[in-house]
Amino acid sequence: MCKNILLAGCSLLALAASPVYADHLVAIAGPMTGQYASAGDQIRKGAELAIADINGKAGVLGQKLKLEIGDDACDPKQAVSVANAMANKKIIFMHGHWCSSSTIPASDVYNEAQIPMATVSTNPQVTERGLKNIFRIMGRDDQQGLVAGTYLADTFKSKKIAVVDDKSAYGKGLADEIAKAIEGKKVKLALRESVTAGEKDYSALVSKLKSAGVEVMAYGGYHTEVALILRQAQQAGLKLTIMGGDTLTNSELVTAAGAASDNVLFTFSPDPRKNPAAADIVKRFRDAKVEPEGYVMYAYAAMQLFAQAAEKAKSTKYADLEKAMRGGSFDTVIGKLSFDAKGDNKLPGFMVYRWKGGKYDYVGK
Amino acid sequence: MALALQQLINGLTLGAVYGLIAIGYTMVYGIIGMINFAHGDIYMVSAFIAVTAFTLLASLGISSVPLALLTVLVMSVLFTSVYGWAVERTAYRPLRGSTRLAPLISAIGMSIFLQNMVQLTQGARVKPIPPVLVGGFDLLTVDGFTVHLAYSQLLIIVVTVALMTAFSYVIGRTSFGRQQRACEQDRTMTALLGINVDRTISLTFMLGAMLAAVAGVLVTVYYGVVDFYIGFVAGIKAFTAAVLGGIGSLPGAMLGGLLIGLIEAFWAAYLSPEYKDVATFSILILVLMFRPSGLLGRPEVEKV
Repeated sequence: MCKNILLAGCSLLALAASPVYADHLVAIAGPMTGQYASAGDQIRKGAELAIADINGKAGVLGQKLKLEIGDDACDPKQAVSVANAMANKKIIFMHGHWCSSSTIPASDVYNEAQIPMATVSTNPQVTERGLKNIFRIMGRDDQQGLVAGTYLADTFKSKKIAVVDDKSAYGKGLADEIAKAIEGKKVKLALRESVTAGEKDYSALVSKLKSAGVEVMAYGGYHTEVALILRQAQQAGLKLTIMGGDTLTNSELVTAAGAASDNVLFTFSPDPRKNPAAADIVKRFRDAKVEPEGYVMYAYAAMQLFAQAAEKAKSTKYADLEKAMRGGSFDTVIGKLSFDAKGDNKLPGFMVYRWKGGKYDYVGK
Repeated sequence: MALALQQLINGLTLGAVYGLIAIGYTMVYGIIGMINFAHGDIYMVSAFIAVTAFTLLASLGISSVPLALLTVLVMSVLFTSVYGWAVERTAYRPLRGSTRLAPLISAIGMSIFLQNMVQLTQGARVKPIPPVLVGGFDLLTVDGFTVHLAYSQLLIIVVTVALMTAFSYVIGRTSFGRQQRACEQDRTMTALLGINVDRTISLTFMLGAMLAAVAGVLVTVYYGVVDFYIGFVAGIKAFTAAVLGGIGSLPGAMLGGLLIGLIEAFWAAYLSPEYKDVATFSILILVLMFRPSGLLGRPEVEKV
C-alpha cells in the first residue's frame, strides 16, 4: 500500500515535471525512401549513433535528445510538408535535407518557424538567399566544381571532355560550375548535355558520347545514374572516365557498376575517416557494422554541432543557438566547424578521389 | 549514318521492353475497362525475382548462361503470374460492379503497396547482378564509330518477336483467346453462354503479368541493376505506348512501344536528351488529336 502511494506520488511528480524535463526534439530529414534512400540511410545511422553517444554522456543541458525522422524522398513538394510537420512538432534543430532541391524550399519553412538547420546540400543557392538559420557543414558546388573542372582540364587536356547533368538543382548547378572551370582553363568542351534522372536507359547518351569521341565525362548528378551510364558505355564498347561530385561517395556505385567503377573520380571534402581525432568514432561505427562513409560522419557532426552550440549558449532558444553557431568554432568528427556570415562552412576544402577496387582514396594514392 | 543505325538498335531494344509491358495495360483495359496502374510494379517485382533467381543460381554454381537464363525466365514468369493473379483477386475483383473510379484508386493503392513491400523486404538500395551476357557483334565501322549490337540487345529483340508471334496465336486461335475476346465484347452475354468470366479475367491478368515478367528478366540482364522504383517510369512509358497504339489493341500496344522507344532514341541522339520525354508526349498529343482512339484503336461504337 505504502509502495503504491509512493508510486502514485512519483508519477504525479513526473507528470508535473514533464514540461520542464521534456526531451529536446531534434530532427533529420532526407530521402529515407525513393531512389536515393541509401543516402537517407547513411544520415539516419550517423545521427542515431551521435544521439546515443550524447545521451549516454549527459545529454544536452541536462536533457536527453530525441530524434525525429522526416522523409522527403528528394521531392521538393514532400520536403515542404515534412518541414511543416517538423515545425508543428516544435523541433529545435534540423539536420537536412539532402537534395539541394528539397533543402531550398524546406529552409523557408524552418526559417519562418525559427529552427536552426545544418545541411550537407551543396547548391550555392542554399545559403545565398540570406536566411539566417542555415548552416552548411559541407562545401559549395562552386568550390567543388572549380576543383573538379581544374583537375579535368589539367589532367585530360588532350582528351575530349563532355559535361552532362541530370537537370536537378544539385546536378545542373555542379555541372555548370565544372563547365565554367574547364572553359576558364581554355579547354573546349566536346559536348554539353542533360539527361533525365530516374531512367534506366542512357544508351542514346552513350552513342552520342561515342560518336563525338568523348573519353572523359564530368557528371552533375547522383550515383545511380552514373552506374548505369558506366555499364551501358562498357556494353557499347566505350571506355569512359567519369568525374562527379560528392554524391559519388556512395558505395552503391561500385555494386551497381562493378569493375567499371575504377574509372570514377569525384570530389568530396577531406575524408573524415582519415581524421585522427575521429578514429574512435570510426571504430564504433564499424563495430556496429556501419561503414562511416559518405554522409554518416556528417550527420554525426551535425548533432555534435547542435549539442556544443546549445551547451555554449546555455539555451535552446533559436536566437541564442543561431548566435552561438555563427560565432563559435566546434570540434566535430569532421574537423573544426565554423561559419561565415552566409552560414557557409569556413574551411570546406575539396579533394579529388578515385574509386579503386570498391574503396575510394585521394587520387594519385 | 552509323549513329542512326546504332540508335535504331537501341530504340528497338527499348521499344520492345515498353511494348511487352504495354500489352498488360491494353489487355486489362480491353477486358474490364480499367487502367491497372499496379502493372508497372508487377514488372518491378518480376525484375526482383529475376535478381534473386540469378543470385541463387550463382550460389549453386550454375555457370551455363543459356541454362541460367532459361531457369530465371521460368521462375520469374511463374512467380510473377501468381502476383498478377493475387493483385486481381484482392484489389480488383471485390470492386467489380462498383463505380469506375474505385478500381482505379485501388490500383494506385496496390502500386504503392507493392513498391513499399519490395522496399521494406529488399531494402532501398540498388540491387545489381554481375554482367550475364557480355559482348556482342561489331556490325560496321564508319569514321571511327563502330555500330555495336550487344548480345543482350539481340536477346531482347528475338524474345519479343517470338513472344508476340505466340501471343497472337493464343488470342486469335485458341479457345481461351475466343473466351477473352467474348468477355471484351459483352461480359453478361459471355457469362450466359457458360463461360467463367472471373476465370478469364484472372487468366488475362496472369498473362499480362507473364509478359511483364519476361520484360523484367530481359531488363535485368540488359541493364544489370534494379531498384524498387523502376516500375514507375517504365509503367508510365508503357501506359503511354498503349494509349498511343490505341488502348485495347494488342498490335497497337507493341507498335506504340516500338514507336516510343525509337522516338526517344532518335530524339536523344540528334536533338537533346533533355527534351526526349517532351517529344514523346508531344507526339502522343498530336496523334490523339487526329486519331483520338490511338493509331490502331477502333473508335468505340455507341450500341443502340
